[in-house]
Amino acid sequence: MRLRRRRRLLRAARKSRELSPVRDRTGEIGARDMLLVSTLRNERVRLPYFLDYYRRMGIDHFLMIDNDSTDGTADYLAAEPDVSLWHASGSYKQAGFGVDWTNWLMRRHAHGHWTLTVDPDEFLVFPFCDTRSIRALTDWLDSAAIRSFGTMLLDVYPKGRIDAQPYAEGQDPLEIACWFDSGNYTVTRNPVYRNLWIQGGPRARAFFANRPERAPALNKIPLVRWHRSYTYVSSTHMLLPRGLNLVYDSQGGEKASGCLLHAKFLSSFAAKAEEELQRRQHYAGSHEYKAYARHLRDDPDLWCKWSEKYINWRQLEILGLMSKGSWA
Amino acid sequence: MSVGFVMLCHEALDRAGQVAAHWAAAGCPVVIHVDRRVPEADFRALVEQVSHLETVDFCTRHACDWGTWTLVAAAQSGAEALLARHPGLGHVCLVSGSCLPLRPVAELIDYLAARPETDFIESVTTRDVPWIKGGLDTERFTLRFPFSWRQRRRLFDAYVRLQRSLGYRRKIPQDIVPHMGSQWWCLTRRTLEAILNSPRRDIHDRYFSKVWIPDESYFQSMARLHSRRIESRSLTLSKFDHQGKPHVFYDDHLQLLRRSDCFLARKIWPRADQLYAAFLREAAPRRERAEPNPGKIDRVFARAVERRVRGRPGLLSAARFPDPGRDTVRSCAPYWVLEGYGDLFEGFTRWLHKATGAQVHGHLFSPARVEFAHRQPVFAGALSDSAALRDYNPESFLANLVWNTRGERQCFLHGPRDAQQIEGFLAADANARVSVISGAWAVPLFRSKRNFTALRRKAAELQKIESAHLARLRAGQMRASLRVWSMADFVEAPAEPLQALVEEIGARGGRRVRELPQMVDLTGFGQFLQSLKNEGMLPHLMGDFPAGEARPAAPAPRRAYVAR
Repeated sequence: MRLRRRRRLLRAARKSRELSPVRDRTGEIGARDMLLVSTLRNERVRLPYFLDYYRRMGIDHFLMIDNDSTDGTADYLAAEPDVSLWHASGSYKQAGFGVDWTNWLMRRHAHGHWTLTVDPDEFLVFPFCDTRSIRALTDWLDSAAIRSFGTMLLDVYPKGRIDAQPYAEGQDPLEIACWFDSGNYTVTRNPVYRNLWIQGGPRARAFFANRPERAPALNKIPLVRWHRSYTYVSSTHMLLPRGLNLVYDSQGGEKASGCLLHAKFLSSFAAKAEEELQRRQHYAGSHEYKAYARHLRDDPDLWCKWSEKYINWRQLEILGLMSKGSWA
Repeated sequence: MSVGFVMLCHEALDRAGQVAAHWAAAGCPVVIHVDRRVPEADFRALVEQVSHLETVDFCTRHACDWGTWTLVAAAQSGAEALLARHPGLGHVCLVSGSCLPLRPVAELIDYLAARPETDFIESVTTRDVPWIKGGLDTERFTLRFPFSWRQRRRLFDAYVRLQRSLGYRRKIPQDIVPHMGSQWWCLTRRTLEAILNSPRRDIHDRYFSKVWIPDESYFQSMARLHSRRIESRSLTLSKFDHQGKPHVFYDDHLQLLRRSDCFLARKIWPRADQLYAAFLREAAPRRERAEPNPGKIDRVFARAVERRVRGRPGLLSAARFPDPGRDTVRSCAPYWVLEGYGDLFEGFTRWLHKATGAQVHGHLFSPARVEFAHRQPVFAGALSDSAALRDYNPESFLANLVWNTRGERQCFLHGPRDAQQIEGFLAADANARVSVISGAWAVPLFRSKRNFTALRRKAAELQKIESAHLARLRAGQMRASLRVWSMADFVEAPAEPLQALVEEIGARGGRRVRELPQMVDLTGFGQFLQSLKNEGMLPHLMGDFPAGEARPAAPAPRRAYVAR
């Protein structure tokens, strides 16, 4: 495992050549600042709300990697006062789906900081997030000597055709995509890395009903008190050293955990799926995007009569999708 | 006569300064102890912050380590400084920099003035202490602990093991009976002076300096020697989690804290601006003098610890994934697995639903698709009826189904024609209520008009599956409740087991079963079994059906058979 970790770190160092700083404000990062790291491509329209959401949560500085956007994403980010921006020229796929880039940036800039690694369509929800800032959470984790915080990726989707309601810049995506599947997830344990492996939800139900093993992984560990020797292995699904993956309790209890609301299914999704299909830059031969494209052409409605409408974190807690643990 | 405060702090000094200023403004003197490890600049800033307050002072600084004597030394220094400067005090409170007064200071002054002889200090003998984490209850008084638990854990543990193996025991000074309790106390000046000026203080200090966590036992034991009247409780509300770590209060606890009527609370999150703003606003004391009542807060935190330690049985999530065999229940509520009923009766699911009001599904594990009640394509929690999705992880599927319908009762049909992977889960789940009419799978074969050779092959196959299934359910590790009737016994008197089943699930409105479900016509079934035997097969699971003559079809419900 140590070898694997070393190899990851070396790889990240090699791939760092593909990164060039566009606007480096990392000098402004304070010793106790909360960081957010994200890799993105053509997400201009989502950015204003995304940045706003996480600023309100208490993120102090954003480390963003732009992978060849053509829609003005880079210009927009470069102009934001709390964003440091890098441009990545190479292949997303060759860079371990972006993991090598983020590993490198975090090694350089996130050491000692609580760092949140999310995509532009992922919105963190944690216990008491409506009344407490993320700093309250990380202070509490610090006091318990906990280094990582687990979540489940919860796909949210609109009622009706995915492309029916256009998404407007600055809008809360949850105004459109406010439905989710509450109880069709499968959980197993990965004996190698000791992380949980969660699948299911609307994507498994609608796109992978015949090939469930190919349904995307929903376990994520996005919030880590970073150390330069740490490394993400596959997206934010798992980390090395493996102890960081033990964000769940195995003695019957529940550890505090959150959800990442995944607002992927907005009006822009169909076009994005087609584009990603052309680029073939996604995991496992982009089979996920193939399945999307196939289904989206005929019946893009993920809603069903048992879909649950999102209200707040307490609802997710009661449904068992996240937990307060001993935090009260 | 008034009250003074000794305040121990090591972080968030600005908040400590704010609280000290609040007390000083109300006429209460404060002595602050600042951990020597706190950077000089931070210390200077605090001194500066309270420099305009004449009754706020600082005492000798000790470097404090959790669990060691240094904390007691700090409290002693603070108390000595406070008593020396303010000889007229009635009571002295030991507080931390993250404490916050929840009631107007005047109310505390009045409360203590009305009880001038009372020492408020939680003080319990070791035998009666329920809260100790990680052993070392009496041993903390009989072993030596020269190493810091936080910084030199290995050395600490090794030294404890060594002393245990050598059978070493320290002698407890003869006048001391070890008592323990919350380290936040409020003592009368008289008791405190008696402790600090005791002629035996050297002996006591030397003994307690090697005790484990003496800040929870030094004053608690000494008070027993000198106090006239001990009220064994702390005026400071302070809750601990399962690891012995203090719970933290945030802005959203405001109402809870207000209603608790406690005088002080810790620990307050330093950034809880609303709490500091709300409780440091000087308010007039209220007319009614409520006693502290932290019951509601106790419940909130007890629930949190319960959630962390026991979790919600039957739930698998990103937060909870028990090791195999850890849980005696694998689902969150009882459910009923009915085997053979669907084959023997017409419209059984409809009948059972009508009789019990429970959700009665068809064959959930049918190979073709999941037969949810009313043939719904998607069910509670957005469970899909796709057999592939279900078979990908049948255990999660069933646990999810029961979890998603909490508050409802679930029943489903099952049999040897269904996917069998769920067996291990059923056997290990104390919530599974499995009820089997063995051999009933033969009824659909008997009624089909298929080629007899094919029927015979199918019958042998199904019998083998059901035998193996029953054997596994009966195996040693079994937690499910299992009831098996042979088909012959069941057909003989169906009313009784059906009534019992309905009662177990819970009859609708508590009524008795009025009518029984329609049993299929079994005329010729005995002959059918005989034919199978004649072909060399031994159909044994259905019990004894005499060949040749037919049994009567479903007997009318006879009162005598209805169990009560």
